[in-house]
Amino acid sequence: MKENNHQVDRNTTVIKIRELYKSFGEKHVLQGIDLDLYKGENVVVLGRSGTGKSVLIKIIIGLLKQDAGTVNVLGEDVDQLKDADLRALRLKVGFSFQSSALYDSMTVGENLAFPLQRNNRSFTKDQIRKTVDIVLEAIGLPDTINQLPSELSGGQKKRIGIGRTLILRPEIMLYDEPTAGLDPITSMELNKLIIAVKERFNTSSIIITHDLTCAKEVGDRVAVMDEGKFIQTGTFDEVFNEKTGLIKSFYDYNFIQ
Amino acid sequence: MTMNSNNGKQDKPVITAKIDGFFLVFYNIAVFLGRFFREAFRPPVEWGEFVRQCYQVGYKSLALVTVTGFITGVVFTEQSRPTLSEFGVTAWLPSLVAIAVVRALAPLIAALICAGKVGSSIGAELGSMKVTEQIDAMEVSAINPFRYLVVTRVTAMTICLPLLMFYNALIGCLGSYIDVHAHEQTSLVSFFDNAFAQITFLDYTTALTKAILYGFTIGIVSCYQGWNASQGTMGVGKAANVSVIVSMFLIFIEEVIIVHVFNSIR
Repeated sequence: MKENNHQVDRNTTVIKIRELYKSFGEKHVLQGIDLDLYKGENVVVLGRSGTGKSVLIKIIIGLLKQDAGTVNVLGEDVDQLKDADLRALRLKVGFSFQSSALYDSMTVGENLAFPLQRNNRSFTKDQIRKTVDIVLEAIGLPDTINQLPSELSGGQKKRIGIGRTLILRPEIMLYDEPTAGLDPITSMELNKLIIAVKERFNTSSIIITHDLTCAKEVGDRVAVMDEGKFIQTGTFDEVFNEKTGLIKSFYDYNFIQ
Repeated sequence: MTMNSNNGKQDKPVITAKIDGFFLVFYNIAVFLGRFFREAFRPPVEWGEFVRQCYQVGYKSLALVTVTGFITGVVFTEQSRPTLSEFGVTAWLPSLVAIAVVRALAPLIAALICAGKVGSSIGAELGSMKVTEQIDAMEVSAINPFRYLVVTRVTAMTICLPLLMFYNALIGCLGSYIDVHAHEQTSLVSFFDNAFAQITFLDYTTALTKAILYGFTIGIVSCYQGWNASQGTMGVGKAANVSVIVSMFLIFIEEVIIVHVFNSIR
């Protein structure tokens, strides 16, 4: 168990997934996923590329629709929501993209201010600027406000992407491969940021990754996915105690690396 | 458990996959159009982005519209003079040019320029945003990307193209005047008196209708192509390319229909 695990409230489930199925044509990506995310918890979903990890969180945020099963987020069944209700729910759920997905025609400051301007039209310029400054300080990049995304490094882009979601003060964070394509030191900084976000903003998170160091550092609980199902869940130590099959391959590969 | 489909199993094609796909495109376009009309009349209006798009579509196309309009006026006058002088009616040049420019040339030229310049840019911009997940990023930030990106661009195109068309017609007539003045020493007032004497209210209505329809067509086609772009950078290029080709093709089809309809009224 992690040091910050005392914050996890096991009586409050913020995301409840039952019997989730999703296929693309003949490819069955998710085949009966069950998952509970408790308030204040970081759950890491581990798995090989193409096993449906990103599809899972895109269904949670309503970017994709499941073929079968239920996804309940903060008491709402996501696939049953009307557009306006889905948008209201999305204000409470942050999504950090693998590619960062920063608006390349806007500066960092504008990227961060954009969700705030569109969702809080009563905010003054000063209020927006102040909030942007707070978030930039929280992600450790206060000097990048006037830079364009093309002028940032991969790690900085990821941080700004996380910052852009934090600006709306979400209750839940969904991270899609936060450390993919980054060097070990930058990955470590990202891991620290994910932990800091949880502590400072009191979020519950699902982190999609295939990076075991990330899983070990940030996860209160780990769920290993293979062929569209969770084959093992538990704390990092519980899951990797018995290193067999896919888990052994994962462990060996990551630590040899 | 909620069952939304047959557990992911792919439906068999109704006719063949290709024919199904062909009809699916029409269905998707109809859905896209329906969504446009639904979103366009719902508050809040994205004024800032709308004004920015008007600047992109209108102001940034002015130079090109000016040059092509002027050249069209000069060339059309030069080409028409020999035939008219054979019959000794070069005095008809101003009205001939004005009728040609207002009824046909200005709407078409303005539309083709916008299809090439603005349509391709919209297709590429939205396509690029789509494949780099920037549109998804708006969705997950509780922003309505359709209203912000599509409604503003289509509306700006629909409003700015008629303005560009009238401007193009004016510059075309000015080009013609300079040529006529050089050869026949006509005054500006006399030229424009003659030119617009033959232009009726119906001519202006026809031109305006064309420009509005062409603007809407370019906006919708380009946004649709960009919005549905896939396959990375190749998809972006394809979206830009197809935006121009389809827009131009539809503009010519619409030209035939509108001319036919208004001639039956005339």
